Amino acid sequence: MVGTSAVADAMSGVSAGQQTPLIVANAATLTVAAKDPVAEGVVSLTLAHPDGARLPDWTPGSHIDLVLPDGTTRQYSLCGDRWDAHTYRIAVLREPSGRGGSAYVHDRLSPGDRVGVGGPRNHFPLVPSEKYLFIAGGIGITPLLPMVRQAELLGTEWQLLYGGRTRASMAFREELTAAYGERVHVVPQDELGLLDLAAWLGTPRADTKVYCCGPAPLVAAVERVCTPWPPYALRVERFTATAQAAPVREAPFEVELRRTGRTVTVTPDVSVLDAVRSAGADVLSSCEQGSCGTCMTPVLEGQPDHRDAVLADHERAANDCMLLCVSRSCGDRLILDL
Amino acid sequence: MTEALERAVVPPVSDADPFAHEILLDPEPLHQALREAGPVVYLSRYDVHALARYEHVHAALVDWQKFESGAGVGLANFRHEKSWRPPSVLLEADPPLHDAPRRVLREILAPPALRRLRTTWGALAEELVDQVLAGGTEFDGLTALAEAFPLRAFPDAVGLGPDGRENLLPYGTMAFNSFGPRNDLVEADAHRVAELSVWVNAQCARGALSEDGFGARIWAAADRGDLTYEQAPLVVRSLLTAGVDTTVHGLAACLYAFATHPEEWQQLRERPEMARTAFDEAVRWQSPVQTFFRTATTDVTIAGTLIPADTKILMFLGAANRDPDRWHEPDHFDPYRDPSGHVGFGMGIHQCIGQHVARLEAEALLTALARRVKRIHLTGTPRRHPNNTLRSWASLPVRVQPAA
Repeated sequence: MVGTSAVADAMSGVSAGQQTPLIVANAATLTVAAKDPVAEGVVSLTLAHPDGARLPDWTPGSHIDLVLPDGTTRQYSLCGDRWDAHTYRIAVLREPSGRGGSAYVHDRLSPGDRVGVGGPRNHFPLVPSEKYLFIAGGIGITPLLPMVRQAELLGTEWQLLYGGRTRASMAFREELTAAYGERVHVVPQDELGLLDLAAWLGTPRADTKVYCCGPAPLVAAVERVCTPWPPYALRVERFTATAQAAPVREAPFEVELRRTGRTVTVTPDVSVLDAVRSAGADVLSSCEQGSCGTCMTPVLEGQPDHRDAVLADHERAANDCMLLCVSRSCGDRLILDL
Repeated sequence: MTEALERAVVPPVSDADPFAHEILLDPEPLHQALREAGPVVYLSRYDVHALARYEHVHAALVDWQKFESGAGVGLANFRHEKSWRPPSVLLEADPPLHDAPRRVLREILAPPALRRLRTTWGALAEELVDQVLAGGTEFDGLTALAEAFPLRAFPDAVGLGPDGRENLLPYGTMAFNSFGPRNDLVEADAHRVAELSVWVNAQCARGALSEDGFGARIWAAADRGDLTYEQAPLVVRSLLTAGVDTTVHGLAACLYAFATHPEEWQQLRERPEMARTAFDEAVRWQSPVQTFFRTATTDVTIAGTLIPADTKILMFLGAANRDPDRWHEPDHFDPYRDPSGHVGFGMGIHQCIGQHVARLEAEALLTALARRVKRIHLTGTPRRHPNNTLRSWASLPVRVQPAA
């Protein structure tokens, strides 16, 4: 879900040369407030609302959909501080083939540019535990960063095993070791070889949760080592290509209100909620950030482009309802039960 | 800090007692006075700052970083005073401790998860309305409908056993009184605290709950490690505390609204799909939950007024919901209005987690009534019952005219 993998970017097949920047309507259009190198091949982006407004709340393990000006969408874990309600921070690894979303972020995106943001959603929540063992591989450190901070806040015992190709490639390494000292075990592969997971994880423990994020081989190895651990002790998030969303639609689409008998065109600068209201439909809403679920509306036909934080994956896939405040359409037409 | 103090605006001071009976029974004049006095008003009687304008109530509700709930959402400051019961892991908790219980319960009570209840509750509402009408056309709308329906629907959905359900309303009333000062309303409940708490706590145990309700799903989340086994019964307790009285008085607000607005009732009968919005409009108009407190985590400045760290802020949800700067003709009940954005359910990370349940209950009951009842008349003056938090009712005498 972290969406920074080489596989994910390579599959998108978007050539940097064809991109024409435009503002894509979405859950939120945010401004790149800062772009900073944080390791070899990794930049962090600080995102803020153009008006300085609060951003939707999030919890450690959450990711956002980042919609780049060319319409490609990538998912990145939030790795900033949620006590700062006004900015999001993500970190983006440049994938080697030099194509796709990460290349755009590295080569073209600049402070002041606008990006679309969906979510945040959390498939990797930090559950209560007496102890945590965190395992990060490379850029997989990003969702674990706020988890470590949270464990610290709670006064929970924790350790972090952090592997990477080289010391210089490991984002936030210095920040982590400076703040937490010996609880952070940094293992650059070129100096110390592969992670010794069996030794580090030790004997299965009922009072401990293991969190792992990183490339698929690392996650698979951790899963193997954790086989004797109690059920639900291990929580993982993989870099995956399968979860990449379709490019955001830049063209207007039509929404038919089946019961009202009207059809309205939704242009990129308007939410579906506002569009259907202007067509006379009464739709109740509340947070208008995709997090409360009040404006959930039955979908009769068409494929919604879900951008909310409420629906689970299987509920999204069913295509039978959507949150009108933030979600849009993948195709030319949606038919709603309104 | 020094600079902030120098620039601070001295807020208007009021010695009004928002928890006095006459104000609880008729809060609008005080709400108006507070809104007009300024964005922040100091209530000298309780040494708290009060917010009554929509803009500032909304801003404080969403800003959990500066306005915490963990020190209690009533007048008592849990940093210095002990709560009358173990604090709620939802209402009286902040991130990060708030995260896991909120996530678990949010999923259990999310709109997609409630779909299967729509049919059940629709049938249940029809059955209740038929029963009530079979017994006569004059009755107390509060007990016969507004209390009877949630008391049938909700405890079953949670998975409670059949015995002792009569304790739910008194327990809720007591809990909502406890957010105010220790006045006569709290004293009046005092003799039942132990007994009611014992009953409610017993219902939160796994063995007391059916296998397919919200309660069982909360315990199943603990089995998956998403909650601790210590948190699970407290999450069930949240449902039992906050899920009944609030809905009862929200439904009573609907009945009162339609009894006093017969044309709007006629419109609802023609377009029953308006029920959901009408319920939210009634929640805006009457604000069943009138007030909640927060505690400043640091020195906070609101519209120039310094709120010192560790002091309480009283948010008047009911006043915000009738702020003329936010709402057109705010005192008017208008089911055609768009009530979106009202703060009757709160806002932000503590926004009522059961709001979709409440809407579904309201939709079921209003739809069933609209089908069977042509008109609702008041046959006497409805009576309020004072509560430190709830805009609650004592009776709602009505006569209905059944549809042909």
